[in-house]
Amino acid sequence: MPQSADKILDHELLFREPEYQELFKNKKEQFEYNHSDEKVGQVIEWTKTEDYKAKNFAREALTVNPAKACQPLGAVYVANGFHKTLSFVHGSQGCVAYYRSHFSRHFKEPTSCVSSSMTEDAAVFGGLNNMVDGLANAYNLYKPDMIAVSTTCMAEVIGDDLNAFIKTSKEKGSVPAEFDVPFAHTPAFVGSHITGYDNALVGVLQHFWDGKAGTTEALTRVPDDSINFIAGFDGFVVGNMKEIRRIFDLFGVKVNVLCDPSGSWSTPTDGEFRMYEGGTTKEEVIAGLHAKATIVFQEYCCEKTSKYLVEKGQEVVALNAPVGVAGTDAFVMAISRLTGKPVPAELERERGLLVDAMADSQAHLHGKRYALYGDPDQMLGYTQFLLELGAEPAHVLATNGNDAWAAKVQAVFDSSPYGAGCKVYPKRDLWHLRSLLFTEPVDFLIGNTYGKYLERDTGTPLVRLVFPIFDRHHYHRFPTWGYEGGMRLLVNLLDEFFETLDANTIVTGKTDYSYDIIR
Amino acid sequence: MTATVEERKAANKALIEEVLKAYPEKMAKRRAKHLNLYEEGKPDCGVKSNIKSLPGVMTIRGCAYAGSKGVVWGPIKDMVHISHGPVGCGQYSWAARRNYYIGQTGVDSFVTMQFTSDFQEKDIVFGGDKKLDKIIDEIQELFPLNKGISIQSECPIGLIGDDIEAVSKKKSKEYEGKTIVPVRCEGFRGVSQSLGHHLANDAIRDWVFDKTDPNKRPDFVSTPYDVAIIGDYNIGGDAWSSRILLEEMGLRVIAQWSGDGTIAELENTPKAKLNVLHCYRSMNYISRHMEEKYGIPWCEYNFFGPTQIEKSLREIASHFDDAIKAKTEAVIAKYKPLMQAVIDKYKPRLQGKKVMLYVGGLRPRHVIGAYEDLGMEVVGTGYEFGHNDDYQRTTHYIKDSTLIYDDVTGYEFEHFVDKVKPDLIGSGIKEKYVFQKMGVPFRQMHSWDYSGPYHGYDGFAIFARDMDMAISSPIWSLTKAPWKN
Repeated sequence: MPQSADKILDHELLFREPEYQELFKNKKEQFEYNHSDEKVGQVIEWTKTEDYKAKNFAREALTVNPAKACQPLGAVYVANGFHKTLSFVHGSQGCVAYYRSHFSRHFKEPTSCVSSSMTEDAAVFGGLNNMVDGLANAYNLYKPDMIAVSTTCMAEVIGDDLNAFIKTSKEKGSVPAEFDVPFAHTPAFVGSHITGYDNALVGVLQHFWDGKAGTTEALTRVPDDSINFIAGFDGFVVGNMKEIRRIFDLFGVKVNVLCDPSGSWSTPTDGEFRMYEGGTTKEEVIAGLHAKATIVFQEYCCEKTSKYLVEKGQEVVALNAPVGVAGTDAFVMAISRLTGKPVPAELERERGLLVDAMADSQAHLHGKRYALYGDPDQMLGYTQFLLELGAEPAHVLATNGNDAWAAKVQAVFDSSPYGAGCKVYPKRDLWHLRSLLFTEPVDFLIGNTYGKYLERDTGTPLVRLVFPIFDRHHYHRFPTWGYEGGMRLLVNLLDEFFETLDANTIVTGKTDYSYDIIR
Repeated sequence: MTATVEERKAANKALIEEVLKAYPEKMAKRRAKHLNLYEEGKPDCGVKSNIKSLPGVMTIRGCAYAGSKGVVWGPIKDMVHISHGPVGCGQYSWAARRNYYIGQTGVDSFVTMQFTSDFQEKDIVFGGDKKLDKIIDEIQELFPLNKGISIQSECPIGLIGDDIEAVSKKKSKEYEGKTIVPVRCEGFRGVSQSLGHHLANDAIRDWVFDKTDPNKRPDFVSTPYDVAIIGDYNIGGDAWSSRILLEEMGLRVIAQWSGDGTIAELENTPKAKLNVLHCYRSMNYISRHMEEKYGIPWCEYNFFGPTQIEKSLREIASHFDDAIKAKTEAVIAKYKPLMQAVIDKYKPRLQGKKVMLYVGGLRPRHVIGAYEDLGMEVVGTGYEFGHNDDYQRTTHYIKDSTLIYDDVTGYEFEHFVDKVKPDLIGSGIKEKYVFQKMGVPFRQMHSWDYSGPYHGYDGFAIFARDMDMAISSPIWSLTKAPWKN
């Protein structure tokens, strides 16, 4: 009997006990009718070949293990970034269960969001009644100051008109006429979660700046000296927002952070559940119109938003999730240029500390080859950081990256001798990457939790620096942006390097001469 | 805990009235039907169920796709399950249910992979059938050892008029009768995951059973002791810690539905002498079908906690001869000391603790006995997607005055917990952090909070340890800052 009360075995060890091993063997031999081990072995080997890679890359229709999610996820993220705002997704209810679970698995925090719970009758007659009842229920139960509406693909396919539906709902008294209900159509079959971020954000801005869907006068822009900051979809938002605000504080610049969900995904355990916490206030949104410029930290998360801001007369500085030394330099110099204020001495000191740390450690990362995948902007930022460490970002992949993005990554490669042999892969998935890791192996992989399957299959150690991270806790609490964030990225890369080196040299009497005590 | 049953009933009644006040009037009327307290002697729990959720209330429910792909089909390991439609559904459900399996992932097993047709606007406009046709070709080329393909419809499929059945038939013919199963589990169908289970069951009937030559495997020799485990998804290895007991009883488990299951096991199930059904909600349909069509009796069982396990083992054994019955008694005797040791270790720490549950499938009732084995008391329970037959079965487990909440909303659940003040909540990931912030110990009872197995005798030891860990953690004494009162 494997189990005992004194030493309770978990699944990790329980099923390795002989009783269970025998059970597995019998099940397989007698009932599963699998392919022979030999045949399976052959196919395993074949999947590692150039031939398999060619066939894999010839795929035109099938997507396997993509690194992207759908639009409404980004919209829910955005709604969470506004003060006392309830996210309301119009369409099937299962989607909302998924978004909530997905975020909660990453942040280890509650994620509030409601659905209009459309079913078959709504598919036939449209979801107006669901909107009418849904807004009324959400308003009464959860007492938000604002409800931000987005859509699932169901509502999009049947062509529900949010603007008209919200208007009708207000006429029917679901919510008061003056109650703010910004909205965005977020079809899941267009773009990805970063597109949803963009659509939802521009929806909020348009609502407040352009006269609340025709119900009030549009606001008039009176430029002032403040700066807007838009972060884009970011899995490390809790740590990063703190860092970004600190940087602006050091400059002494008034910043309007447009969409900040760091509060709602970072609340204390003290006996009280705070459904709403932090977030950009309506006053800040309004103030944002008058800002002299907006720094968009992730260009590809904000294509429509940026265009809209330019139309409003703002200068938009679009960055690509710049990290590390040169990346952060570009960011702080942008603040400096826009505000006319010098880069604070404190930041210059932090820069020096990051360079110091990189100088101390660069020998360990120099020449190491990395594969990385994730959202387009983040990949640009990480690519640049790896290059300044003397590492090679050999394969850079974004399932939701387009050709223009790829050209931009190529330009970053071209700017460094370490980018010479590197290649960018737009619109590819993790099954493509699996082939690449076999045919053109690298030393390390940078990705999200799902990268662990690639680590298992190809033996490439994984550094978790991409959303979602389900199987490690609390990474989102630490910044990856700013010089401080650069330090965190550096330590992450180094930790994985040292852990791997130790693991590779740990056999006593065989490899442990290199199991050094000082590295 | 000094309150009498009548006092508790009155308190629960008042609590229900209180939460209903927050709703607009006509919505309060609709929600009122789903909230009640159990009156001993009644045939059910006095709530309506399997009805549409109200819009905008933060239901915890999922959809038909989640019920079919996520629950029933997804765990079948040697098939490729295509999430057919936009990328999200497959992405959010990717490897999230912990359906353990043994296999070479990506080569002969595919459970923890996300195959999607990643619909784009043009697929919506022009239809996705051609793309699906090509996807099947590409799967055949790149994953040649797959034993079958299922097509799990996402919302748009049924709305744009795609004919996935025609594509399935055509491709099956092209690939020598390959098992290709279209499932119409679009998320807008039905009111919850539940219809997805039903549709998935029907798809097995129509596209696996009805298309399989009964003599496909002449080498398969039946025995009088052949059983199939139905409705165990092997979360954290549950089906394995169950199977081991059935085998020790002398039975031969010819199939697992569907955790760690294979298409061959599904196809061979009509040869079983008895189907043993754990998750009634998600697989009663196929069990009834096999009873009608193949004359296979089925019996429900409950492998949570020694009391229920013992009862279930005897119930299963009652369908077989004395040799099996004798072995079953030996199995029960063999594990008795282990169970006693576990109870001796944990019961003193858990005695009298109050539990509130809100889960899906079978768990809102099935786990009650396991808590009671540890001296704990379930004071509230409810189903995400139960039907009336679930609430009828629940009466066998619960006590007079138990608070019942069907398709509970975030608002209601939070208020119930605030007032009832349980010592432990068992629910899902969406609820976990809400209640922990309120300072209430919590265990996820869908995923076993990444632990498990919880089924069987081996699983009960883990269950007991986990519940104790949740409640006895020193962290709960730190939630209030010492300088505050």
